[in-house]
Amino acid sequence: MTPIIATDAAAHCADWRLQIEPLNVQEETAIAAEITHYPQPQAATIEALKIVQQQQGWVSDGKIKAIAQRLQMSPDEVDSVATFYNKIYRQPVGSTVISLCDSVSCWIMGYQGLAQALTQELNIALGETTADGAVTILPTPCLGACDHAPVAMVGDQRAHKLTPASLIELARLAQEQEQSL
Amino acid sequence: MNHGQSSSQAVTLPLSQHIKADGSVTSLAEYQANYGYQGLAKALSMSPSEVVDWVKNANLRGRGGAGFSAGLKWSFVPPLEKLPGQRYVICNADEMEPGTFKDRWLMEHDPHQLIEGLAIAAYAVQADTAFIFLRADYDLCAERLQNAIDEALAAGLLGEQLNEAGFSLTMLMHTSAGRYICGEETALINSLEGKRANPRFKPPFPQVSGLFGRPTVVNNAETLCNLPHILYHGIDWFADLGLGDDNGTKIYGVSGRVNNPGCWELPIGTTVADIIALAGGMQEGVQLRGFLPGGGSTDFLTRDHLGLAMDYGTIQAAGSRMGTGTMILLDDQTCVVGMVLNLIQFFAQESCGWCTPCRNGLPFIRQILTDLEAGLGEHADLEQLLQLCGYIGIGNTFCALAPGAAEPLQSALKYFRDDFVAHIEQGCCPHGNSPQVDMDLEKEARPI
Ligand SMILES: Cc1cc2nc3c(=O)[nH]c(=O)nc-3n(C[C@H](O)[C@H](O)[C@H](O)COP(=O)(O)O)c2cc1C
Ligand code: SF4
Repeated sequence: MTPIIATDAAAHCADWRLQIEPLNVQEETAIAAEITHYPQPQAATIEALKIVQQQQGWVSDGKIKAIAQRLQMSPDEVDSVATFYNKIYRQPVGSTVISLCDSVSCWIMGYQGLAQALTQELNIALGETTADGAVTILPTPCLGACDHAPVAMVGDQRAHKLTPASLIELARLAQEQEQSL
Repeated sequence: MNHGQSSSQAVTLPLSQHIKADGSVTSLAEYQANYGYQGLAKALSMSPSEVVDWVKNANLRGRGGAGFSAGLKWSFVPPLEKLPGQRYVICNADEMEPGTFKDRWLMEHDPHQLIEGLAIAAYAVQADTAFIFLRADYDLCAERLQNAIDEALAAGLLGEQLNEAGFSLTMLMHTSAGRYICGEETALINSLEGKRANPRFKPPFPQVSGLFGRPTVVNNAETLCNLPHILYHGIDWFADLGLGDDNGTKIYGVSGRVNNPGCWELPIGTTVADIIALAGGMQEGVQLRGFLPGGGSTDFLTRDHLGLAMDYGTIQAAGSRMGTGTMILLDDQTCVVGMVLNLIQFFAQESCGWCTPCRNGLPFIRQILTDLEAGLGEHADLEQLLQLCGYIGIGNTFCALAPGAAEPLQSALKYFRDDFVAHIEQGCCPHGNSPQVDMDLEKEARPI
């Protein structure tokens, strides 16, 4: 019988070295600083993922491998952590991520209308990115700003008491910003 | 110990005294102008075990939801003589409970209060390292807290040799990558170790073996914010603040269709009606029908309960929990089936997947509710929902996420059963909601 598993593992290993995307200097420095906070380098996994994401916009397979090498873990271990958390993107996202709160207080105050208006305006579904790469819409659990519901994070800014019109305006600004780059 | 010792000026709403209407942050100078960091100085002049006793006697109950005595929790940490070496304190600022925004309010406006409280807790259990575990998306809190930590460090309020006995403290911030389960204290510890945030088996409790296997105390952000004031003003002062059995004040919040949603510090034990009145009452044209007293994982109460005091014992006796103290209001224009579906969707999505009743039960419930909301339900569904609430209830799951998810559902079936029946009999949502029915999910979730 062909040793399928062994062959796959060997191929995987070969891939592993080929596809590694080395950490750049900024990533390396920032991750090294985080490692000093903990008794084990592995504890900095989430920080490392966030640092890479801040630089690259998302975390590619190659960067997962680079983080694994740096923290002395297997790539699968790092990926199991990366895929657990909502805010680590394992696919490219737009320059601006609109995280639209879909939890209970925002739902009562009009989340559904906002989601419908925005997806229609941008002509994409929830979870998708506009063709120009400007905007990704992600529904997100409670943002802890229920006193201003309905809310969204537009990039790292929190937008309060949204209406379909004000939300569309924010998306339009993000698209204009993308064009001017 | 002189418990009654008081610094006379009658502060009645200590936690919010620095919070400014314009939303700006309290600087170190402003904070210190008003006995800031003097509670810590007092603690540092006492022995650690005296601080533990002080807080135990103040009966400060944990504001993270369960209401466990903070001092008692600390007293479970083995003394240094018995178990020398590293220990940790962690501020739980994960705050992802739907409808909850009180910790954000405190941290955004007055970060030094939290830092001082965390330092007091660290001293009490002799931890030389303290972490603030901050949820993702609290970007403004992260910025303001880090600035405040740097300010305190530069002013010698944190760092090396804080008292004659040589107590030193390093304070670090971890911003989460987002998952509700990170708020569960043992899952939080796993997350801080860089792992997937699955809860841990207890015992051992974190106070004995927590972060990196060392004794660890996890306290909610609001709990910690109380400490500087309890140390400075004394136990009797703290006891006098509460209106009923509980001591101190509480940050209460209201969201939903009210005129002035927000949060306020009030004496603990203020009535539900008084809190809703502060929120400006219901918006024009809508009537209050019920409320979740303290976040998405508490049982509904109704208009009959408006006169109740919001404290741990009273709300529990009424069949719910005070939880985080931030209420979510149900009004007559909102479909209760849709509201419960929204909550269950949240819990199903945020389940860590470790144990079967939660991982499989919540999607099953979600599908039944989706059908009901779409007018495709049957009378037998209601009994099945109740049965499922039992299956995911206390004792059947590895942590409290799933039992919490059952609370709004089981109480909605108790108080608002007619709404569920109307969906079945009319074959549609009387409020006109039409969720997408996911037929594949239906097949998967409903064994034939
Ligand atoms: C699913 C789940 C989520 C939780 N989320 C939080 C949270 O965001 N913040 C918090 O302080 N406690 C949360 N808790 C409660 C914590 O496990 C813990 O009891 C609390 O942090 C202890 O602090 P306290 O004693 O000061 O209240 C959560 C519990 C569960 C089961
Ligand atoms: S109850 Fe849910 S969240 Fe808690 S351990 Fe089980 S699967 Fe995970």
